[in-house]
Amino acid sequence: MALPAGIGYNERGSVTLAASMDIHPFTISQLTGYIRDLFDQDELLQDVWVQGEISNFTRASSGHLYFTLKDEHSELRCVMWRHTAAWLSFEPQHGDAVLAHGAVTVYEPRGQYQLICDALQVAGAGDLNRQFELLKARLEAEGLFDPARKRPLPAFPHRIGIVTSPTTAAFQDVQNVLRRRYPLAELILSPTLVQGKEAPPQIVAALQRLNQRDDIDVILLVRGGGSLEDLWCFNDETVVRAVAASRIPVVTGVGHEIDFTLVDFAADRRAPTPSAAAELITPDVLALRSATRDLAARLDRLLTAHLQEQRAAVRGQMRLLERMSPLVRIRNDRQRVDDLLARAALRIQHSLHRRRDRLTAQTRALENANPQTLLRRGYALLTRTDDGVRVTSAHQAPENTSLEIALHDGRLTATVRRRQFGA
Amino acid sequence: MSEQDLSHLTFEEAYAQLEAIVARLESGELTLDESVMLYEQGQALARHCSDLLDKAELRVRQITDDGTLAPLE
Repeated sequence: MALPAGIGYNERGSVTLAASMDIHPFTISQLTGYIRDLFDQDELLQDVWVQGEISNFTRASSGHLYFTLKDEHSELRCVMWRHTAAWLSFEPQHGDAVLAHGAVTVYEPRGQYQLICDALQVAGAGDLNRQFELLKARLEAEGLFDPARKRPLPAFPHRIGIVTSPTTAAFQDVQNVLRRRYPLAELILSPTLVQGKEAPPQIVAALQRLNQRDDIDVILLVRGGGSLEDLWCFNDETVVRAVAASRIPVVTGVGHEIDFTLVDFAADRRAPTPSAAAELITPDVLALRSATRDLAARLDRLLTAHLQEQRAAVRGQMRLLERMSPLVRIRNDRQRVDDLLARAALRIQHSLHRRRDRLTAQTRALENANPQTLLRRGYALLTRTDDGVRVTSAHQAPENTSLEIALHDGRLTATVRRRQFGA
Repeated sequence: MSEQDLSHLTFEEAYAQLEAIVARLESGELTLDESVMLYEQGQALARHCSDLLDKAELRVRQITDDGTLAPLE
């Protein structure tokens, strides 16, 4: 076996160092420092999760925690400094199965490596949290929680489905809210367990039962508060998918304000509690009452306004009509007739004798206008022989027209020999 | 429309009709007869809505596996 230079065997077979060799041994501190550097440079050791059972747990008067994590075969010494220990959500105890995070370093005074623990959680819870995050990420990537999938809720739900256990306070809470806010609704219970291994298939079935009907407007999926494990069925993948697949909009109210379950992400709306879910889906009866009153009052105002408008229009038309009324004309006409009559009477009286004089004069004028008188004075009447038309113009009698000439004491028949226009 | 005809209307339906009537009246361009008729309809609807709110009592039933509704167990 080849040995490094300066190292050999003595006569008893032990390894010896050659005294003559110039040896430069490390100090313990140097070697330990070297090992510590190796640890510090190792990425895995600086950021590691480790699972084990707590033993030898002590809380020092300084506030730092010292304990050992172990499994069947090995042990790991651990320290948690006071400032990180203050963040612990539970009091670690001997025998607890935990998940610890931190960096493995070397404690030089003792030549021991140990975990400087900066996070510690109960192993079961850690598993659940991880499952939750993994499933959430997967379903989110699938688009199950897409905001575009969220449907609007009906303003006035007529039938409200409720998926819960009838023995829970949540069922009572929802009924109380609905009685107070919106007693017009009908609540349809689709009963199911809401806790334990049996719960997920029952919740899925309860959702499907309601989805058979086409007269359910909205579904409440509710359960009161509980531990993470109690609420776990609402993180079940089949349940989350059933919520997302529901044809009827789903509103969740699971646990308390701070609890988020995966159904909350898949639902159309999430309410922090069962009561809040019931409030979210219903209008308030008081608000409805005042809204109804407002509408009725608006009706009144509108009709009154319309009536006034119409009345004003009618008044306007009546004024126009009156102005054009025959009555007005008749009244005016009658007055005018009276005036005329009075004036006429006067004039008639005043001029009767003048009229008589004028009658005499006119009789004489008439006498003068008598054609016989004219004919006697030398005028003649011409008539076309052919058609009897009276000729008063040279235009009516071209040459060779046969004319009748009437004189006061007889008739002549003549033919136009020549025609000449002008006087 | 007589009030008898309204009895089958749900609150939601009656309320929606009431809103529609108010909107029509607000739009104007109605004959007087029409607006008086709409007004009367509207008042009847408002009364029906109030009645429904006054008389309403939450009903609770349970759905069975085949989707029918039964009294609460």
